[in-house]
Amino acid sequence: MLLVWPIFIPFATAVLAMLAYRSTAMQRGIGLAGALALLAAATAIAIEVAANGPVATQAGGWEAPFGITLVADGLSAVMLVLTGIVAVAVTLYGLTDATYEEERFGHHPLTHGMLAGISGAFLTGDLFNMYVWFEVMLIGSFGLLVVGGGRAQLDGAVKYVGLNLIATVAFLSGVGLLYGATGALNMADLHGRLAGREGETAIIASAAFLVFAFGSKAALFPAFFWLPASYHTPSFTTSALFAALLTKVGVYALVRVFTLVYDIDGTPIQTVLLWGAVLTMVVGVLGALAQSQVRRVLGFSIISSVGYTILGLAMGTPLALAGALFYLFQDVLVKANLFLSAGMARRLTGSEDFGAGGGIWRARPWTSLLFLIPALSLAGVPPFSGFWAKLVLAQATVEAGRFGLTLVVLGVGLLTLFAMARIWAAIFWAAHPRGDGAITARLPAMMLVAMVALSALIVYLGLSAGDFIALASGIAAGMLDPAAYLAAVRGGAP
Amino acid sequence: MEIMLALLAGLLVAAGSYLMMSGKTLPYLFGLTMISNAANLLIFAAGRLTYGDPPLVPDEAKTIADAANALPQALILTAIVIGFGLLVFALALAYRSYYALGTTRMDNMRVAEPEAPAVPEEPA
Repeated sequence: MLLVWPIFIPFATAVLAMLAYRSTAMQRGIGLAGALALLAAATAIAIEVAANGPVATQAGGWEAPFGITLVADGLSAVMLVLTGIVAVAVTLYGLTDATYEEERFGHHPLTHGMLAGISGAFLTGDLFNMYVWFEVMLIGSFGLLVVGGGRAQLDGAVKYVGLNLIATVAFLSGVGLLYGATGALNMADLHGRLAGREGETAIIASAAFLVFAFGSKAALFPAFFWLPASYHTPSFTTSALFAALLTKVGVYALVRVFTLVYDIDGTPIQTVLLWGAVLTMVVGVLGALAQSQVRRVLGFSIISSVGYTILGLAMGTPLALAGALFYLFQDVLVKANLFLSAGMARRLTGSEDFGAGGGIWRARPWTSLLFLIPALSLAGVPPFSGFWAKLVLAQATVEAGRFGLTLVVLGVGLLTLFAMARIWAAIFWAAHPRGDGAITARLPAMMLVAMVALSALIVYLGLSAGDFIALASGIAAGMLDPAAYLAAVRGGAP
Repeated sequence: MEIMLALLAGLLVAAGSYLMMSGKTLPYLFGLTMISNAANLLIFAAGRLTYGDPPLVPDEAKTIADAANALPQALILTAIVIGFGLLVFALALAYRSYYALGTTRMDNMRVAEPEAPAVPEEPA
């Protein structure tokens, strides 16, 4: 029953917040309580998984593989906890950032509806059910993207909706073909049924559809154009939530499906993922260098980060997968923190454009650290978490003897440092065009609490990286040899 | 029967792609609807097509080997409902974006991503 809570709580929160639509104050209270409850439920699952290994629940008492199975293994549990942390941080930040129009027209119900979809996608053990959770997440994100209704938001939403709907159709086609070929939808069941059938046309076709579908959701090259078109248009609260979690769900689906369901070692799918990852890293960071607005730079840096995680998946060695997972985990916190601090900078300087901002370092040196910590982590500067993730990935490429990939990992890291330095120089370091007295705005306490918490977690992840890399290695080993996962699904544990 | 469905799905994808490449919001959405219907036909065909075979298990058997599989049909129903919800949202968005941006051509929607200002010429 434990596994139902991360789905039930956000849905209940969404309904309650909808019922309280007259009072934005009540909606905020309900939203914050829901986010905290989600974090608590996720933590409970993580503790259970850490103690007893993967847990599974059969919906409606239908035994696997006939019913829908909810499963939490290490990867699901960590992603759920991160979802909870981001939900709480973003809600705290939103208490003082969300506008009246946004809150009145459904910011809180939509946020929690989307969180329900995200939790469901992390928990489900059934491929078609995952499609449904993706749609729940998608429709919530559609609403969040347009709520408030600015012109730029509608512009971004047209592209976001249009391109994501194509990915949706591809997902459905892939699942349909796979069911036609195997007669199964349960991922643990598919694992057994697909063994030895990797070369069949229908199997490869279904895998190709799923690579495109999940790749689009994860913003993998060349299907990433929806992201830079839309992520800088909604409120900072919403952008941070999207940046931290949405592409990660796509990455999660790729990692889950292409370790558990398909064995990609030596197949064309592996080559596609590898080249896709390399091009995503390079194009993402070059795109970031070409932009001159804070959130548009950060949007491209999301794409570049997705490339790192998929690189680890495509290489497929235990060390590479561990590096990819650690990168994925820490990147959730880094991206949330970066987008929130972009909002803080906007509030202080009045603009997101390079050239129109500046002076924060001189006026608020301590506050500037809240951008500097995640930015240095993203760029891979020790001792922050991003450094260790990149180190493990680089080590995996050396271990596999693929030195070209090592160069890509290090080179893209260097260019990312350059991209972050451009934001730092333009927004924090340079003098404000209106002089030293231009920065007068006071930052609300809740905003600072949210960002300080995220930054502290990033520093903590960096300082005790050994423990977390060991955790990621354990999870990666469990994914490459999913015996415990399969046993949990088949055994129908409580 | 499978051949007919395959041809129909191909036709829908071809027509849908053609419409989507027009670069306007409404034809794009109509094209997308056609392609998602083609995907539904794909799933329908994946579950075997039989005519006049009730899905009843014979006395001594454990499974129905000959009748169509009912599960893909349930999947299609789910997909249709979800697709319909998404389409309604997308149509409303198309209307609102036309109202706010004054165009249905996606290439002309440049509010969120304005084209970079041309580099001013150096005075000679």
